[in-house]
Amino acid sequence: MTVTANHLQTGDLNVGGAALLPANGRVVERWTALSKVSVTMLVLAQVALALAPMTLSDGMVDRLTVLFIYGILALMWNALAGYAGLVSVGHQAFFGLGAYGAVRLADAGVSPYPALLLAAACVALLSVPISAFMLRLKGGEFAIGMWVVAALCHLLVNLDTLIQGETGTSLIALQRYDAGSRRLITYWLALATMVGLAWCVFGLLRSRVGSALQAIRDSEEAAASIGVRVLPTKRLIFVLSAFGCAAAGALWLATSVTFQPKTYFSVQWTAYMLFMVLVGGIGTYEGPILGAVVFFSIETLFGAAGVTYLIGLGVTAVVFALVLPRGIWGAVERKLGLQLLPVGYRLRNRDTSS
Amino acid sequence: MSWLNQIVQGILLGGYYALLACGLSFMFGVMRIINLAHGSLAVVAAYGVLTLADRYELNPFVALALVMPGMALLGWVLQRLMLERSARAGELVPILATFGLAVVLDNTLFSVFGADSRSLAPSIDTLAYDGVELAGFTIGHLSVLTFALSVVLLGGLHLVLAHTAIGRQIRSVADDPATAQLVGVNATAVNAMASAIAMMTVAVAGTFLAMRAAVDPYAGAPQLIFAFEAVMIGGAGSLWGTLAGGIALGVAQSLGAQIHSQGFLIAGHVLFLLVLLGRLLLAGRPLKLALTRSR
Repeated sequence: MTVTANHLQTGDLNVGGAALLPANGRVVERWTALSKVSVTMLVLAQVALALAPMTLSDGMVDRLTVLFIYGILALMWNALAGYAGLVSVGHQAFFGLGAYGAVRLADAGVSPYPALLLAAACVALLSVPISAFMLRLKGGEFAIGMWVVAALCHLLVNLDTLIQGETGTSLIALQRYDAGSRRLITYWLALATMVGLAWCVFGLLRSRVGSALQAIRDSEEAAASIGVRVLPTKRLIFVLSAFGCAAAGALWLATSVTFQPKTYFSVQWTAYMLFMVLVGGIGTYEGPILGAVVFFSIETLFGAAGVTYLIGLGVTAVVFALVLPRGIWGAVERKLGLQLLPVGYRLRNRDTSS
Repeated sequence: MSWLNQIVQGILLGGYYALLACGLSFMFGVMRIINLAHGSLAVVAAYGVLTLADRYELNPFVALALVMPGMALLGWVLQRLMLERSARAGELVPILATFGLAVVLDNTLFSVFGADSRSLAPSIDTLAYDGVELAGFTIGHLSVLTFALSVVLLGGLHLVLAHTAIGRQIRSVADDPATAQLVGVNATAVNAMASAIAMMTVAVAGTFLAMRAAVDPYAGAPQLIFAFEAVMIGGAGSLWGTLAGGIALGVAQSLGAQIHSQGFLIAGHVLFLLVLLGRLLLAGRPLKLALTRSR
């Protein structure tokens, strides 16, 4: 029999990473045969994606870039909501600021592609003082408080004469590259950012921080009482999510070139993130990736339906929240005890060798 | 003079925000749920009144009287089908569910009524622009009516909570649902009732929004933010705090507009953040904000 334990508290278990020896003749393990296979497959898939543009059409490369950006957003929102217990409806603030920062930096003479990542780093820095305000709020207060921050950022960006209000501007500096190499660089940059952030979250969840995060999510008071440093742990994830969303915004700017504040600071991005994470499985590692693929497919198939499509997204999100709050992957995990990527700990009876 | 005038207009505007925030404050106080569909529901009510007023040429106040029971029913259904169920699944789930509901409501309004913004102003004749001169200030009739109504509604809710049997039941459920049930209070019914009451105030707020300005299908989001800011700025544990918060928000916005053409909204958001910062400096430790009571 195998028991999945998401958060055996204490850092001692982390020492070896391999099986340790608890009492009762049971073994704690992190890697199973299945997870070794799936991690290998994942690495191979990432290598394949990096090489894919050689065989794919231009249109497919563009679409995959969009998928990677959705993947970044879903990963970041899930890290925040699923692991730190912070539901934000204002992360479009960082998405918009990332794009705005890239426009600003490029205007100041920074080469456009480095400007994208530099902008994300600047936004991450800016998110530190924001976290000092916002992390004092809980639950719904945090959720809408972030929305106020997003609204304020939108208004302040509009004041910048470079942006010309809602008319917006473009990342003209990108035109020094021809369309073909622009497409490829953006594709690789989006893929690298998504993969980098995914492994970063993976590493975090397997470390002490991961255990601390899940303890906080389940009960902040209880976590604090056993010595988890609640605020710094939350802040770490908050800043990481700000960085990721800003990178996503900057990459979106690289794909669409034009910057219109209204589009980038739209609460629609939160609706998308929420949908991907809820449907895929909030608080599971694999869930948001699955959610991004599901959302991407639905958008490709029904996106043209406009407002009906948006109503459908909303209804689906509500149904998942009410009926299947752990999403598709959460249900799979519970039914089959399946965990492809070993972010938790598992207890196994020693006699049942595998 | 113009600064003083801005303050007076800001106070009157605050009456509308208090009206808007009243239901949010009430639901949060009783059920500990922040309803992210609050603004969208106000806009739904506004469209209900607009439709009745247009199609059957009803007086908007008569139309409101017809819409209110409908909104009460909607509140009851909402509580029983969505909020209660999602609250059982964890404290984050109601946020996700009500946000999803807001997306559905906004886009449904768009698909039914189209993108045009509409107003009730043409149906209320001179009330929309009439005013009295008072000590050199022009005071709009509609603003005064809105302000008075918000005081009456908040006061009424306060009286109901403090002095009636249902009020006592609501307070007991808010304090501790499990114990309330032990002594024979039906917590499910009480919550559904509270939700119905909140939705009736939302109907009033939506109607006054459509009278004083124009509404469009996506007007719900800013209304939610205003209501939330009023509740949070007000800070106190009572409904009167919401009135004070609404007035502070209204005055800040109206002074902001005086300073800069884009300053109206910015000033409101900045005031909200300043209030948070102030509490942070005063308390140092995790804040007891708005209606969060120590348990």
